[in-house]
Amino acid sequence: MKPPLFEYRAPRSLKDAIALLAGDSGAMVLAGGQSLIPALNMRLASPSRLVDIQHIEGLKGISVQDGRIVVKAMTRHRQLELSEAAHRANPLIREAMAHVAHVPIRNRGTVVGSLCHADAAAEMPMVLLATDGSVVAEGPRGRREIAAEDFFQFHMTTTREPDEIITEARFSVLPAGAGWAFEEFTRRHGDYAIAAVAAIVDRTSGHVSLAACGISSRPVRLRQSEEIIAKGGLVPDVLKAAGEAAKEAVTAPDDMHASTDYRRHLLAGLVRRAVEKAASRTK
Amino acid sequence: MNRGTIRPKPQAISIDPKVAVNLSVNGETVSAEVSVRMLLSDFLRHELGLTGTHVGCEHGVCGACTVIIDGVAARSCLTFAVQAEGTNVRTIESVADDDGSLHPLQEAFRNCHALQCGYCTPGMIMNILSNLESDMPMDLSEEGIRVMLSGNLCRCTGYQNIVAAVRQAADALASR
Ligand SMILES: Cc1cc2nc3c(=O)[nH]c(=O)nc-3n(C[C@H](O)[C@H](O)[C@H](O)COP(=O)(O)OP(=O)(O)OC[C@H]3O[C@@H](n4cnc5c(N)ncnc54)[C@H](O)[C@@H]3O)c2cc1C
Ligand code: FES
Ligand code: FES
Repeated sequence: MKPPLFEYRAPRSLKDAIALLAGDSGAMVLAGGQSLIPALNMRLASPSRLVDIQHIEGLKGISVQDGRIVVKAMTRHRQLELSEAAHRANPLIREAMAHVAHVPIRNRGTVVGSLCHADAAAEMPMVLLATDGSVVAEGPRGRREIAAEDFFQFHMTTTREPDEIITEARFSVLPAGAGWAFEEFTRRHGDYAIAAVAAIVDRTSGHVSLAACGISSRPVRLRQSEEIIAKGGLVPDVLKAAGEAAKEAVTAPDDMHASTDYRRHLLAGLVRRAVEKAASRTK
Repeated sequence: MNRGTIRPKPQAISIDPKVAVNLSVNGETVSAEVSVRMLLSDFLRHELGLTGTHVGCEHGVCGACTVIIDGVAARSCLTFAVQAEGTNVRTIESVADDDGSLHPLQEAFRNCHALQCGYCTPGMIMNILSNLESDMPMDLSEEGIRVMLSGNLCRCTGYQNIVAAVRQAADALASR
């Protein structure tokens, strides 16, 4: 298994990177390589040019500002996971990240790369969705912010244009006093989720945010379940109803890991568990 | 019967674009011209002759190819040699002393019978070593060690003895 031929470019500036990407319709961005290189090794992808963005200085680092955790494109999974500032701002992030692959892969893979790769079972796209986050895209036509809700379209498909680079992701800070939880089911540690749920419960505003992955062609917000809890409150019967309502969001067909029915059953349980845990962590 | 004509093997022509890389491998400075699509695992094995780094799956799953890049464990099969520009790479060959005396982690593997065929061992050792050498405290509970080993597959041992070796090595290093 050896990668196909490509032209390799390692620009030092974002401007050059965008020009290199726009200048070749078969070009692709190379970040941490933890999804792209397996695809190249298996010849599932054959870009004519790879634009390695690791040497672009402006694309590094994490900052917390104006209620947002800003994660620049070359931030590795592991850097965000270990960031104390990010953890203080939103503990959901670290809790979810422990489930993304294994440490050696998190040491090189980037958070933004995971969002761009947009695997329907990946954890970080779901976390971005649960926190009402967004990404910033830069291309030849300028800069735009894309809300998580509009970004993820389909398994491995986003609304990023081929000549755009995602320069940063913006996760929202957890509201003061709110509780959080991440619940996942996999057969082996480090696998993609068969089903996973992220929950944020804010007793002050009465707002509940629920997102799931692994159950559909993209990560989804469980709006109906959110509404049921917002109306009925955090009591066992209501949580059970919210779990039942979540079943409708499951559209993944039977696969080697699980049947659709099994995923429905799993999701209902994960929703209930996640909301209970998040509620118990509210202040 | 026509068995066909035996033809001389055509000259191999590489059309691969080459680029220069400069990195440090086991403390030695290495400068080389490599094909842009050469994986770090192949660079270490075929260009530098460091065949201790093993290659199992080439898609990040088995962990046999794990090396230490700038102090942290990484898959050499999911890294192009050109991406290692300017980095510090350490392989299994750097772990024992020059006189052949084993590192306490290697001793522990031997004592605990933590290897059978040995195919997974270099990757295991480099992954565990990166944890033993980091400033972060290690979780030496059964569950903690198993999570740490979760990215390294072993087809022989059943992991029990590897878990025991990790604990023994951590104890040995702590008491030094
Ligand atoms: C064995 C294994 C297990 C894994 N398990 C999990 C798991 O459980 N959960 C999970 O979520 N992930 C898992 N992953 C994937 C991992 O999280 C990847 O690191 C991540 O998906 C991609 O990040 P990257 O930086 O490596 O991106 P790359 O591989 O470099 O790129 C991935 C894709 O995104 C594009 N891209 C990257 N960055 C940008 C950018 N800034 N702008 C525009 N396009 C960009 C690339 O062109 C490419 O199409 C696993 C990977 C492996 C090998
Ligand atoms: S060969 Fe690299 S992980 Fe298997
Ligand atoms: S000892 Fe044989 S694969 Fe681990």
